[in-house]
Amino acid sequence: MDLNLLWFLLIGVLMTGYAILDGFDLGVGILHLTVKDDTDRRLQLNSIGPLWDGNEVWLVTFGGALFAAFPETYATIFEAFYIPFMLLLFALIFRAVSIEFRSKQKLSLWRHFWDFCFSASSALATFLFGVAVGISMIGIPLNERFIFTGNIFHLLHPYALCVGVLAVAVFAMHGSIYLYLKTEGELQKHARRNFWRAFFFFLAMYLVVSIFTLVSVPRAIENFTNYPWLWIVVILNILAVANIPRAMSQGRPLYAFISSCCTIAAFVFLFSTALYPNLVTSSVDEKMNSLNIYNASSTPLTLTIMTVIAVIGMPIVLLYTAIVYWTFRGKVVLDEHSY
Amino acid sequence: MDFDVVFLSRLQFALTIMFHYLFPPLTIGLGALIVIYETLYLKTRDQLWKSANVFWIKLFAVTFAVGVATGIVMEFEFGTNWANYSRFVGDVFGSALAAEGIFAFFLESGFLAVLVFGRDRVGKKFYYFAAWMVFIGSVFSSVWIVVANSWQQTPNGSLIQQMTNPATGEPWFIDGIPQMRAQMQNFWQVVFNPSSIDRITHVWAGCAVTGGFFVLSICSWYILRNKHLEFAQRCFKVALIFSLLGILGSVLTGDSNARMVAQQQPAKLAAMEGIYKTGDGPTPIHLFGIPNSETGEVDYSIEIPGALSILVYREFPPKTPVIGLDQFKPENHPPVFIPFTSFHIMVGLGFALLGLIIIAFFFWWRRTLFQQRWLMYLFVVSILAAITANELGWVSAEVGRQPWIVYPPMQRTEAGEPLRDADGIIQFQQAEWPTESGSVNLKPAGLRTRDGHSQAVVQGEVLFSIVMFGLIYTLLFFVWIFVLNEKIRKGPAPASEAATAPEGFLRTAGEHAHDSMTSMREGDQDEEGNEDEDNNKKDSSS
Repeated sequence: MDLNLLWFLLIGVLMTGYAILDGFDLGVGILHLTVKDDTDRRLQLNSIGPLWDGNEVWLVTFGGALFAAFPETYATIFEAFYIPFMLLLFALIFRAVSIEFRSKQKLSLWRHFWDFCFSASSALATFLFGVAVGISMIGIPLNERFIFTGNIFHLLHPYALCVGVLAVAVFAMHGSIYLYLKTEGELQKHARRNFWRAFFFFLAMYLVVSIFTLVSVPRAIENFTNYPWLWIVVILNILAVANIPRAMSQGRPLYAFISSCCTIAAFVFLFSTALYPNLVTSSVDEKMNSLNIYNASSTPLTLTIMTVIAVIGMPIVLLYTAIVYWTFRGKVVLDEHSY
Repeated sequence: MDFDVVFLSRLQFALTIMFHYLFPPLTIGLGALIVIYETLYLKTRDQLWKSANVFWIKLFAVTFAVGVATGIVMEFEFGTNWANYSRFVGDVFGSALAAEGIFAFFLESGFLAVLVFGRDRVGKKFYYFAAWMVFIGSVFSSVWIVVANSWQQTPNGSLIQQMTNPATGEPWFIDGIPQMRAQMQNFWQVVFNPSSIDRITHVWAGCAVTGGFFVLSICSWYILRNKHLEFAQRCFKVALIFSLLGILGSVLTGDSNARMVAQQQPAKLAAMEGIYKTGDGPTPIHLFGIPNSETGEVDYSIEIPGALSILVYREFPPKTPVIGLDQFKPENHPPVFIPFTSFHIMVGLGFALLGLIIIAFFFWWRRTLFQQRWLMYLFVVSILAAITANELGWVSAEVGRQPWIVYPPMQRTEAGEPLRDADGIIQFQQAEWPTESGSVNLKPAGLRTRDGHSQAVVQGEVLFSIVMFGLIYTLLFFVWIFVLNEKIRKGPAPASEAATAPEGFLRTAGEHAHDSMTSMREGDQDEEGNEDEDNNKKDSSS
C-alpha cells in the first residue's frame, strides 16, 4: 500500500468518525422540535452538550487533512460547491451559537427562536452533507486543470437531493437511538416513537437511493466487479441495518446504536469504494479530467510528514475522546452547569 | 475601486477574519488566567477562587463557542474563495492546518467539555488538568496557525516547482502557462521559518493583554458599582500583574518583530512607518502623520529624528537609513495608508495601556488603588483598546504584505545584505517559470494575491456570502455582547454558595471550616450582596 492509498483511507476514517459522532448530535438537532416541553428540550440539548463541539472537530480535521493530503481536491470541491458550502457554514455557525445561547435567557420567544435555529440548521447541514456526497457520486464538470466549469444548477441534481434526504433520515434515526440511550421516562418513550418513524423513513430512502444509484451512477459498482470481496461490506451493511429494529424491539438500545454506527461506517465505505481511485469524478471526461488519489495529492515528503503527525496524534485523540465520553456517560441530568 | 472577485474575496476574508480574531486572543488570555486562578484555588483552598473560576469559565465558554463557530469559516474560505492559492500552497500549508486539528482542536474541545460541564463529575486534580489542557490546546492552535501564516510571510523550507501533467507525465502547461506550486523541502524549516518565533511570541503577548484587560475591565466595573468587592479586587490584582507581563512582552516582542520585518520584509516596514524614500541619513519615526501616496510624504508629521534607525540597527548615534519604498518596483509596493495608520494606532494604544498599568501599580503601592474612581472608569473601557490593538496589529501585518499572498524572500549578497540591481531596486528570490518553447523565465518566488482567487467563483456568489456573513455576524455580535452582559450583570456566585454545590466525598473538613468563615464574611455585606444571592438562586434553578 502506498502513501496515497493510505491517506485515502485515513481521510475515509476521519469522514467516518465525523459521520458517526456528529451524526448523532445532528440527529438530536433534527428531532429537537418534536418535543415541546422546555425541560425536555433542555435535556435533549444537554445530552449532546459536552460532546457536540468535539464531534465537530472531526470535520475540521477532515478538512485540514484533505487540504494537506489532496490539495487539488480541496480547492476543486470547495470552489465548485461555493453556495452549498456557504450555506453549510451558516448552518454550522447558527447551530453552534443556538446551542450556546438558547438557555441563557428565560424568555420563551428567545428560547423558541434558538430552538428553531438549532433544529433547522442541524437539518440543513445534514442535508447539505448528503447533497455533497450525492454530487460527488454523479460527478461534476471539470476541465483539464481540474477546475469546475459548471454552475449552481449542476449541483441541484435530483439524485444529489435524494442523497441529502437520505442523510437527514440516517442521522435522525441515529440521533433518536442516542436520545433513547441518554434519557428516561416519558422523554425516552418519545425517543422510541421517534425512532420508529425515523427508521421507516430511512428504510424507504435507503431503497430509493440504492435503486437510483444503480440506475444513474453505474460506475458506482464498477469496483465490485474488480474486487468481489467488497460484496461482503454490502451484506454486512444490510445485516447492520436489519439489526437496528431487532435490537430496539428486544430492548437493547446499545446494540441498536452500535449497529447504526456500523451502518454509517458502511455507507462511508461504500461511498469511498464507488469513487476509488477518484476523489472527484469529472462528468466531462472521466478518464482525463478526474481528480484521483495520485494526480491530486501532495508530494511524498508531505504525505510522509502527515503520516508521522497522524501516528502521533490519532492515538492521543482517541484517548481523550474516550476520556470525555467516559466522563459524561450515563443518563443526562440537568445541573447547575447545564445549558 | 474595482469590485471584482479578488476585491470581494479580500473584503470577505478581511471581514470574517477580523470578526473571528475578536475571540481567540480573548480565550487564550482568559484561559491562562483561569489556569492561574485554578492554581490559586488548589493552593489556598479558598472558595473565592473557585467561585471566581465558575464565573470566568462561563464567560470563557460563550466566547469560545463564537470563536470556534467563526474559525471554521477561515478553513472553508481557503478553498471556496482562494482555490488557486490552496492549489499553490497546499503541499506546505495544509499540514500545519491538519496538525492544528489533530494536536490542538481535539485537545481544546474535549477538555473544554470537562471544564464547563464537569466541575461536579471529576476530581479536583483532573479538573485542574483539564484547565491546563484547554489552555495548552488553545496555545497549540495559535502556534500552528501563526506558523502557517508566517511561512506565507517569509517562506522557507519550500521550493516553487512546476507540476507534471498527470495525463502525459510531461511538465504541465495550460495555454502556455506553467502550472506551479510550492513544494515542501524541509518541514522544520517551514515551521521555524525566519518570522515564526517573533510573530508567535508577539501574538501570545497580545493574547495576554486582551485576556488580562478583559478581567480588569469587568472587575473595575464591579468595584465602581460596589458589588462583589472581594472577588473583583482579588481577580483585579492578579490580572493586573498578568497584564503587565503581557504588555511588557508586547513591547519586547514588538521591537524584535520590527527588526525582523526590517530584515525580511523591508517593504512592509516602509509601509508601516511611511518611508516612501530611503533617505541619506538616519530615518526618523513618525509619531503621528497622514501618509500621502500622491506626494510620497507623510503630511502633518511629528517625528523623532533618527529613532527608526536606532531601533532597527541598534546604532547610536544613528546614521544608516532604513530602506524605503523607492527601493522596490512600484508593482511590489504595499498600500501605505492602512498599514501606517493601523500600526501607529496599535503602538499608541499599547503604550497607553502600559501607562494605565503603571498608574495602577502606583496607587496599589499607595494602597488607594480601588478608590481611584476615574482610574476604574478607564479600566472599564480599556478592553476596547486592547482588542483594537490586537486587530490593528493583524491588519498591519496582513495588509503590509500585499500585493503578495505568499511573500517572495529577498535575494541577498554573501554578507547578508539585500541584493540590488543597478537602479538600487531590491531583488526578490526568483523561481524558474519555464515556457512551453523550452526557455526559462524568472519570476519572484511568491504568489500574488490577485493570482490566488478561485476561478470558478463569480462576483454574485461572493457578494451573496458577504451579505450573509454581514447579517449573521452582526446578529452574533450583539447576541454575544447581550449574553456576556447578562452574565456580568448577574456576577459571580458568592464564595459561600459556590461551596454548597455538591462535591461528594471530595469535600474535605478543612473546606467546611473555611465555608463557615467565608459565609460569616458574606453576612457583613450590604443589601446589594443579598440581592445578588437571590439572583443566583434563580439562576441556578433555570
